[in-house]
Amino acid sequence: MDLLSEYFQSYLTALETYDVVAALWVNIQLTFWAFLCALALGTVLALMRISPVPSFQWAGAAYVNIFRNTPLTIIMTFCILVLVFQLQLNLSDDFDFNFFLWAIVGLSVYHAAFFCEAIRSGVNTVPLGQAEAARAIGLSFLPAARYVVLPQAFRGAIAPMGNTLIALAKNTTVATVASVPEAAGLMKTMIEFRPDVIMAIFATFALGFVVIVIPIGLLTTWLSKKLAVAR
Amino acid sequence: MTTRQSVLFDAPGPRARRRIIITNIVGILVFLGAALFVLKGLYDQGQLAPELWTPFLTQEVWEFTIIPGLVNTFRAAAAAIVTSVVFGLLFGVGRLSHNKSIAWLSGIIVEFFRAVPVLLMMIFFWLLLGQLKVLEPADIPFVAVVLALTFYNGSVIAELVRSGVHGLPKGQREAAMAIGMTRGQSMRSIELPQALVAMLPSLVSQFVVILKDSALGSIITYSELLRSMQIYGSSGPILQALAVAAVLFIIINFTLSGVANWLARFLGSRTAGRTRPVSAPPVAAKAG
Amino acid sequence: MRKMRIAMAAMGAVAALTLSACGGDGGSSGGETQGGSAGGDKIRIGIKYDQPGLGYKSGNDFTGFDVDVAKYVANELGYSTDQIEFVESPSANRENMLSNGQVDMIFATYSITDERKKTVDFAGPYFVAGQDLLVSAENTDIKGPDDLNGKNLCSVTGSTSAQRIKDEHAENVNLLERPGYAECVTAMQSGQIDAVTTDDIILAGLAAQPNFKGKFKVVGNPFSEERYGVGLPKGTDQCADINAAINKMVESGAWEEALTANTEGVDYKFNEELNPPKPGDACA
Repeated sequence: MDLLSEYFQSYLTALETYDVVAALWVNIQLTFWAFLCALALGTVLALMRISPVPSFQWAGAAYVNIFRNTPLTIIMTFCILVLVFQLQLNLSDDFDFNFFLWAIVGLSVYHAAFFCEAIRSGVNTVPLGQAEAARAIGLSFLPAARYVVLPQAFRGAIAPMGNTLIALAKNTTVATVASVPEAAGLMKTMIEFRPDVIMAIFATFALGFVVIVIPIGLLTTWLSKKLAVAR
Repeated sequence: MTTRQSVLFDAPGPRARRRIIITNIVGILVFLGAALFVLKGLYDQGQLAPELWTPFLTQEVWEFTIIPGLVNTFRAAAAAIVTSVVFGLLFGVGRLSHNKSIAWLSGIIVEFFRAVPVLLMMIFFWLLLGQLKVLEPADIPFVAVVLALTFYNGSVIAELVRSGVHGLPKGQREAAMAIGMTRGQSMRSIELPQALVAMLPSLVSQFVVILKDSALGSIITYSELLRSMQIYGSSGPILQALAVAAVLFIIINFTLSGVANWLARFLGSRTAGRTRPVSAPPVAAKAG
Repeated sequence: MRKMRIAMAAMGAVAALTLSACGGDGGSSGGETQGGSAGGDKIRIGIKYDQPGLGYKSGNDFTGFDVDVAKYVANELGYSTDQIEFVESPSANRENMLSNGQVDMIFATYSITDERKKTVDFAGPYFVAGQDLLVSAENTDIKGPDDLNGKNLCSVTGSTSAQRIKDEHAENVNLLERPGYAECVTAMQSGQIDAVTTDDIILAGLAAQPNFKGKFKVVGNPFSEERYGVGLPKGTDQCADINAAINKMVESGAWEEALTANTEGVDYKFNEELNPPKPGDACA
């Protein structure tokens, strides 16, 4: 019992020295902004892939194939090494915030490929008759997509989009290679300086992600059921 | 696909075609402009100097940096693929078990490891194994990479197994019961083989994820392709080394993705279950 | 059904093969070698692979000051150059590799500290470095760590010198951590980074690389003392022999020769008050 309380005590001092919540908060922020950007970019890509224009289809497919097949680590490193260090493209004058924004860019361009595919799988659930009806009442491509196809496609794509969002939330740890002070980096530092409570430290961070990820999973499952298009 | 799309939306008329041509030209110009901007920037910084790139064509760099790196990447990926499949089968079937406690336990394990980032697990195992002193230190990064990849991807595969078995027509099991098989026999001889065939395309695309994620090993000093290139680049041509690594990764993953697509088409007719198209894997969007 | 069985069996066979192939090469790296007794045996020396100028793997060859000292010492201990096997020993694994017997000794910018002496022994030191700054050759306004307020400073992940600067010298410095120094230096080339910090000799070795030659200088205002020792397993009896070898290397001039060769063309002078060190008979 003494051993246990002693272990708990040293775990508490480790928690006092390092701000775990702040690090996880960075991951949450990264998740949120990267989700918005990736979703927007992914929707555009999906539109390109389902458009009747061969060159658009080709460009969309090329984007998806390239970014889906490149390790996120490499994408992230290139953002920093090429765009920031070589081309000096700064998104912010604030030194640290600049890297934070670039991490969002890296996460967004990578996950946009997955959101595109998720939305496309949603488009596949829209019956042909819907698009035909849209054409029959004289809607052209963009209005048909905007008012008829995409609203139904999004509802059908909630489950795969939820999975992509969960992957995105976990992948924010890779932002550590973009020099963003987030959870994975902090965990490494903490274990290096406090190897005595390694188990408790890992459990803390793992639990942090479980707490972030499980609600997203529950929410998307609930949404996909609630919004399912009855056919 | 193309036939379907021509139904989904009107074929463009003459005016739309003209607009499309204009947009195409604008698109190409924008792309070329961006490419030019990047290349010009790199050129101004001296990063396009031929002497920084030519080393990657020499036999020496291939023999001592690229090939060993590739071998390590494949070694970690292959080991992780085998162990993930074993893990996935074990817990996937465990979750389907009629024994409530086994099903629960398997469920908790699978859900937990699906929620924890691979990188977090990798760092943890790497530092933990360092403390435990049960392994040769040089093997620790390899083992940590394989363990982390196994726990995450194994959980994903467990879910694939479960949904693969669920996706089978009920008649299959009923037929097995009718000829007097037990539940276990039905699972082993009737359901799992078909579920495996049905999930093979998703399985292969999960293998792409494993291969891609093995690049995270570079962060914990595992000398796979990315880190070998980082080490080589540490005397200067770091940008070039990473560019070569990126191209190699894209080629390898592209090939494996192609295999997954081909498998999905090929196996579509071979099972009572539904082979899922690779474009919509349930949870495959994973790190790298 | 039958075809399926065969396919599954084939998958299993592939799996088994892969597993055994992986198991195969793990075993051979055990610590069969015995340090000290020269003869037909090999000696395993841990070095860095990614620090040009100190320990760097270039093709199948190894270069750098650490490597040169390691070769000299091993020769003095009775090993010929082709009996040396160089092994990568990243910072995080150094103590472990020694206590597991995976390497016989380590020459890897290994600073002697009281903390480390609890688990390993050190011979030497063979060099005394100091944490310093690397800046662009034209830079005149950064003369030391106190001039870094508002400047952008780069170091590698987990380095102590960047944190020391922030804590003790310049509170308002912008810190950036990258996985390798090459990335820091490339960033400095384009002006996004004002200074790179770590031990002076590492900086000098980096700046001596053909791609960077003439573009950077070491500031020469060290703000710490890092005594590089030869890492040895706890309880070793080799310290005296190694220290004698180091002293011999210094006396013969080979030590300074190796140092200048590996930092050639860089505006850098090692700390002459503390160098060359004269290790005594005992372990450090």
